[in-house]
Amino acid sequence: MRWRCYFIAFRTIVGKEITRFLRIWLQTILPPAITIALYFVIFGNLIGSRIGEMGGFTYMQYIAPGIIMMAVITNSYSNVVTSFFGAKFQRHIEEILVAPVPHVVILCGYVTGGVARGLIVGLVATIVALCFTDIQVYSYSVTLVVVVLTATLFAIGGLINALFASKFDDISIVPTFILTPLTYLGGVFYSIDLLPDFWRTLSLGNPILYMVNAFRYGILGVSDITLGTAFGVIIFFIVGLFCIGLYLLQRGIGLRT
Amino acid sequence: MHALEIRDLTKTYRSGIRALDGINLTVDEGEFFALLGPNGAGKSTTLGIISSLVNKTSGAVKIFGIDIDRDFAKAKFHIGLVPQELNFSQFESVYEIVLNQAGYYGIPRRAARENTDRYLNQLGLWDKREQPSRALSGGMKRRLMIARALVHEPKLLILDEPTAGVDVALRRSMWDFLRELNAAGTTIILTTHYLEEAEKLCRNIAIINQGKIIENTSMKALLAKLHAEIFVLDLVKPLAKAPMGSAFEFHLTDQTTLEVMVYNDQIVNDLYQFLSAHSIQVSSMRGKANRLEELFVNLVQNDA
Repeated sequence: MRWRCYFIAFRTIVGKEITRFLRIWLQTILPPAITIALYFVIFGNLIGSRIGEMGGFTYMQYIAPGIIMMAVITNSYSNVVTSFFGAKFQRHIEEILVAPVPHVVILCGYVTGGVARGLIVGLVATIVALCFTDIQVYSYSVTLVVVVLTATLFAIGGLINALFASKFDDISIVPTFILTPLTYLGGVFYSIDLLPDFWRTLSLGNPILYMVNAFRYGILGVSDITLGTAFGVIIFFIVGLFCIGLYLLQRGIGLRT
Repeated sequence: MHALEIRDLTKTYRSGIRALDGINLTVDEGEFFALLGPNGAGKSTTLGIISSLVNKTSGAVKIFGIDIDRDFAKAKFHIGLVPQELNFSQFESVYEIVLNQAGYYGIPRRAARENTDRYLNQLGLWDKREQPSRALSGGMKRRLMIARALVHEPKLLILDEPTAGVDVALRRSMWDFLRELNAAGTTIILTTHYLEEAEKLCRNIAIINQGKIIENTSMKALLAKLHAEIFVLDLVKPLAKAPMGSAFEFHLTDQTTLEVMVYNDQIVNDLYQFLSAHSIQVSSMRGKANRLEELFVNLVQNDA
C-alpha cells in the first residue's frame, strides 16, 4: 500500500516538473535549439570547413555528439537547480516536505524531471544537428544509456546545488565557473589526442570528457576513452552524488531549520 | 485518544536561540484547540516540528499515538497544515496546487480529483480553479491553503493564523466552515492573534510565552479567572459627573459615555436598578475589551 502511495507521489513530482518546463518552453526548450544551431553554423560550417577531418569524420560530424551532450548536461542540471531552488525560494517545497514523501522519492522525482528535460532538449539538439550534417548512429543502446546516465548525473548535481543555494547567485556560480569550463574542455570541440601530453593527462581528470567520448562512441564509433572506463566513471559519480544528495535531504540541509 | 501529545519538547536554533524550553501539551481527538502567544513565543516552531518543517532538538511528539521519531511518514498522513505564510507556487493554477497535494499523499488520481472538486467548491474557489494562484485575492489565497491542507482528509488540521489579513465577512464564513469541520470530527489546532477568534471557536487553550507553556486549560476555566469586566454605557442624556453612592465603580469618559466596573460577585441587575433609580437612561451597552485579550495580556506580562 505504501509503495503505491510513494509511486503516486513520485509520478506527481515528475508530472509537475515536466508540466513546469513545458509550460515555459520559450525559456527551456527553444533557447538551446537556437544556441546549438549557432554552434553548427559558426564552429561546424564556417570554421569547421577549414579544419578538415577529425577521427575520420568531418569536423561537423565530429562535434555533433559533443554539442548534443553539452545541451543534455546543461539542461538536466539547470532544470533541477532552478526548479528546486525556486520551490525553496517560494517555499512551496513545503508542500512535499509536510507530506509523507520519502526523501529518496523527492530526489528521484526531481532528478527524473531533469532527465526528461535533458532528453527532450537532446532530441531537439539532434534534430537541429540533422539539419546541418548526416548522423549515422553506431550503437543506439550505448547512445541511449550514456545520455540517460549523464542526464541523471547532472540532474543530481543540480539538486545538490539547489539544496546549498540560499540566493539566486548561488545557482549560477556552479554552472558558470565549473560546469561550462569543464564542458568546453571536455572534448566537445576536439580530440584530446591533439593536446600536448600535460594537458591531455590533465583532461583525463575531467569527468565530462568520459561522457562526451562515450556518447561520441555511441554515435560515431570513435572515442578517446575506452567505453568501460567511461561507464565506470559515470556510474561512480552517479552513485556518489546520489548518496550525497540523499544524505543532505535526510539531514534537511537547506530545507529544515 | 490524544490527537497530539508533546513531551519535553525543546528547540535550540543554530543561532543559539532557545525557541522551545521543554513544552508539554496534549490535544484530545475532536478538540478545537487554541495555541496562543505573542510574536516569537514558539508557536510556529511547535507547529513546524509537528509538521516536519523544523527539526526538534529533543523531546517526543506523537500524532494519534504515532511517534514521529519512529514513523513520521505514517503520522504525516493524519496532519493537514495551513501555514502562516503563503507557500504555494505563484505560477500553478488553483486546481493544480490542490490536485498535486493529493498526489504527494499518494491519493489515486480519480479520488484526488473528487476531493479537489469538493474542497474547491466548499471553499468557494471552484470558479477560480483555472486561474494562476497569483491572481487570487488575499482571502482566496488563504482559502486555497485550507483546501490544499484538507485534500487528503486529515484527522488533525493545524492552522497557523489562518485569517490574518482576511476581511470580517470572509473571516466569519471561515469560522463557520471550521466549526462544521470540527463538528464532523476533525481535530483542529489554531494559532491566531485575533483573540476573539480563539474565544469564539476553541474549547481549550494553551498560552505559550518565551518557549514555555504558561497556561493550558479550557476556555471556560480561563475566562472564569477574570475578576471583573468593564462595560461601556452610551447615555441618552449627558451627565455632569459620574454617579456616586453605589457598589459599582463608575467613570465618566465624556458627558454621554459612562464606564462601569462589574466584579464577578456583583449582579448586573443591580446595576440596572441603580441606573433607573438615578434616572440615567442607557441607549446601548457593550464590553470594553475582549475578555480573553485582557487575560492574555495579564498572563504574558506576569510571565515576563
